Amino acid sequence: MADKKIRLKVLRQDSPDAGASKRWEEFDVDWHPQMNVISALMEVRKYPKTVDGKSVAPVVWESSCLEEVCGACTMLVNGKVRQACTALIDQLSPNGEPVTLAPMTKFPLVRDLVVDRSRMFNDLKKVHAWVQLDGVHELGPGPRQSQENQEEAYPLSRCMTCGCCLEACPQINDSSNFIGPSAINQVRLFNLHPSGKMHAAERLETLMGDDGVVGCGKAQNCVEVCPKEIPLVDSIARVSRDVTKHMLFGWLLK
Amino acid sequence: MAKKSVTKSESGKTRRVIVVGGGLAGLTTVIKLCEAGVPVDLFSLVPVKRSHSVCAQGGINASVNTKGEGDSPQVHLEETVYGGDFLANQPPVKGMADAAPGIVFMLDRMGVPFNRTPEGLLDFRRFGGTLFHRTAFAGATTGQQLLYALDEQVRRYETLDVEDDKGTAIRGEKMVRKFEFWDFLSIVKDEEGRARGIVAQDIKSMAIKAFRGDAVCVATGGPGIIFGRSTNSVINTGTAAAAVYQQGACYANGEFIQVHPTAIPGADKLRLISESARGEGGRVWVPKDPREKRRGRDVPQGDREYFLEDKYPGYGNLVPRDIASRELFLKCFHEKKGVFNAKSQKNENEVYLDLTHIPKEMLRKKLAGILEIYEKFVGEDPYENPMRVFPAVHYSMGGLWVDFERADNGSLVMGSPKNQSTNIEGLYACGEVDYQYHGANRLGANSLLSCIYAGLVTGPAMASYRQGLGKSSFDSSSTLFEAAEKREQKKWERITAMSGSENAFQIHEELGQTMLIDVTIERHNDRLDAVLSKIESLTDRSRKIAVLDSSGHANDNARFVRHLENMLVIARVIAQGARNRDESRGAHFKPAFGKDRNDAEWQRSTLALHRDNGDNNPGINFVRAFDYSLLGKTQNITDAVDLSLVTPRARRYETAGAASAVAQHKGDEPKGAASKESAASAE
Ligand SMILES: Cc1cc2nc3c(=O)[nH]c(=O)nc-3n(C[C@H](O)[C@H](O)[C@H](O)COP(=O)(O)OP(=O)(O)OC[C@H]3O[C@@H](n4cnc5c(N)ncnc54)[C@H](O)[C@@H]3O)c2cc1C
Ligand code: SF4
Ligand code: SF4
Ligand code: FES
Repeated sequence: MADKKIRLKVLRQDSPDAGASKRWEEFDVDWHPQMNVISALMEVRKYPKTVDGKSVAPVVWESSCLEEVCGACTMLVNGKVRQACTALIDQLSPNGEPVTLAPMTKFPLVRDLVVDRSRMFNDLKKVHAWVQLDGVHELGPGPRQSQENQEEAYPLSRCMTCGCCLEACPQINDSSNFIGPSAINQVRLFNLHPSGKMHAAERLETLMGDDGVVGCGKAQNCVEVCPKEIPLVDSIARVSRDVTKHMLFGWLLK
Repeated sequence: MAKKSVTKSESGKTRRVIVVGGGLAGLTTVIKLCEAGVPVDLFSLVPVKRSHSVCAQGGINASVNTKGEGDSPQVHLEETVYGGDFLANQPPVKGMADAAPGIVFMLDRMGVPFNRTPEGLLDFRRFGGTLFHRTAFAGATTGQQLLYALDEQVRRYETLDVEDDKGTAIRGEKMVRKFEFWDFLSIVKDEEGRARGIVAQDIKSMAIKAFRGDAVCVATGGPGIIFGRSTNSVINTGTAAAAVYQQGACYANGEFIQVHPTAIPGADKLRLISESARGEGGRVWVPKDPREKRRGRDVPQGDREYFLEDKYPGYGNLVPRDIASRELFLKCFHEKKGVFNAKSQKNENEVYLDLTHIPKEMLRKKLAGILEIYEKFVGEDPYENPMRVFPAVHYSMGGLWVDFERADNGSLVMGSPKNQSTNIEGLYACGEVDYQYHGANRLGANSLLSCIYAGLVTGPAMASYRQGLGKSSFDSSSTLFEAAEKREQKKWERITAMSGSENAFQIHEELGQTMLIDVTIERHNDRLDAVLSKIESLTDRSRKIAVLDSSGHANDNARFVRHLENMLVIARVIAQGARNRDESRGAHFKPAFGKDRNDAEWQRSTLALHRDNGDNNPGINFVRAFDYSLLGKTQNITDAVDLSLVTPRARRYETAGAASAVAQHKGDEPKGAASKESAASAE
């Protein structure tokens, strides 16, 4: 099947302020075994010619690990938000259907398939997503933890800041400042840790405003798209409960 | 005499230092600098949370001896230098092995969700080159978890203010400023050759800018992409190391490239199946009959050849990687006994890695991360079917040469400005980009450790250097920085204007092919000569590339050309180093010179210095010695390896316990001369 071709339809735009350059372009690339969206884009990059034979600038995208662990390559593949590196062409296009690629819509566009996700990293600052350490010098072993505790924390800790959940969440839009599910999940994670817990109140307080847990409309879209299968709805429910408790009784406990 | 301020320059600027790279090594360096009160500008090609370290799967070594097996840092040291075929300087390795338990505890305190024992302690598993359970792990995504923990600590420093000498916060100055999506181009050197800052490019706006720093550290990771496809992230082009090498930094032991025995094929990447699969009991085999047509799971035990277990009863499937990869190569390429593929009607270069005999629940708890990768990309269930794997380029033992200061107890003097210093004053290097800890072959799960340990050493070294520095870079003349900026701007304009007929990606593919075929598992001098002329012709062709993108915004295409030019430079250092070294040692295997190393001639580091011939054709000077200057003192460096702690002996993994003299009770080898040696060195 040496001559089997895969058609990619890519939504492109040259730069954030070049809205007029927004356009769809189509490319045919040779099929190869175990092909995924990134390896297809790599073919386009090598010889960037559209199906009508026009030479164009190579498509720009973000990727790094190519094994769904770095979070870089998020985009809309056939309209669905996901990691491009694990989007296998044979599954997307079993009978040679075209594959459409578009950038996420909830983040400022940079170019082509690249968007600016810096808000997600800033949100991690906002919610104090860290254990407050006295220092990295030797202070002996960390706190003992049960296997159950590890098994609860580990899946929460696999969030790769990819942005799928924010893209899918209906509450993330121009008229809301909702922080979104991934940062809330981080609060649950650090409030679980034996020493992270000591600053639980501080983290909960960052989620008490109108951009905090109240923003969630419980649509559950987030959990469906999370590539790491993080139990986001569960995390939001638990953190909401703790926030409410803290709002009602927090001052009593101080 | 009034004390010189360490926080402010004479002109009143806050004295910052620069760290390029935010993988495990860079982030640890940053944390140590911040703890010493030194503000840092941190540069990275990608948000540091997406650094390549995120890919590491299996775990991190530390001789905590939780299982009561008699493991100790001394055994860890011995096994590491033995695994590295006695090419690593031993004091840094001792420092690392001694510090390892503390490092793992520190990570645990940061919140890394390490797997636990029923008692709530850290769990440890086995890895290659040892008989001990020495590897701490968080499922099979340990690197991700470690990177996140360090990233979180650095993020906290992004929110903290710099304090002046009196402890008052300086407004608007944060301890860490991040410059993510910036590509490092070169260092800025002053008249005396000291590193005074860097030039970098914003990869979105493409702006080129110089930055001042009282010291600079490159922690930019490995160069795997030189080999085309590898287990590495696509950003691992080694471009930063190549840039400073061309500015005079020494590159050492470049020819030592680790090929990992077990990866899965792919057109874009060779995805790793971590050694932890074998650490948890995974077995490697091929069918006895090369024409075997049954599916792997249906081949009965009697018809399987467990070739590693047969040949190396002592370490079995957990022999070091260089040995395992060579045996796989032998099976597949020479004996043509790779797994038969009914579709292609031939023996593919693949062997089975089998976990199907292990309870599923345990696999899920300990290996889910890698089994997910196999399932996603191959579309087969590894819980039910033996996986098909083959060797792939994985790690570079070689890298930028760095110094160390030996302490009387055989370890390192913490805080010495010599530690991790390159031969360019003020320029430090740590992580996979340095050459220091692994000799001729790295043991599994020692890299995450060496990256973090090197970071813990580099931070204090840079802080001392800044303290001892006469004049701050923030008082250096601005013409220095303007000139450097201009130089890089001109280079960039040269690249964006390229309109030849060659395709940069085509050249890269050819480079990868030639390196992969002839500069990995087996090396032959005639083939290496061919590789070198191929690199030369590719270098010529790279000057006639057509840049396909004229955009001044997020222009990845033109940027790739720069990375390619740099890859060609390091490829040559690797291939020429391999050509020169006529022996077999660790990952460097030349059948024509026998299976064993030649200590009389080659018990030494390869030291490569760039030679600018003033034309398009730079050369390499391989030297036996050089001098460099640090804070007013001249340092005389030779290629001799510091073997003061463990005396070299032949490397034999056939026998259990052979890798460590003090641990030989684990195996059954009689105690020989070697154990006397190490008893003498253990204090
Ligand atoms: C698949 C895989 C699995 C592994 N598993 C293990 C394991 O289980 N145990 C183990 O010990 N080791 C393992 N290793 C090895 C280990 O992961 C690496 O050696 C280690 O993570 C390297 O860390 P680092 O900090 O040196 O560099 P990296 O993590 O590679 O970070 C490099 C940093 O430099 C930046 N950078 C690079 N170039 C530039 C530039 N030009 N300008 C600006 N910034 C730049 C990058 O953005 C990044 O932040 C594994 C490796 C692979 C490939
Ligand atoms: S459950 Fe909440 S956070 Fe998740 S998608 Fe719905 S609204 Fe958004
Ligand atoms: S929670 Fe899941 S979808 Fe959201 S950023 Fe993290 S990994 Fe991505
Ligand atoms: S490239 Fe890292 S998640 Fe896809």
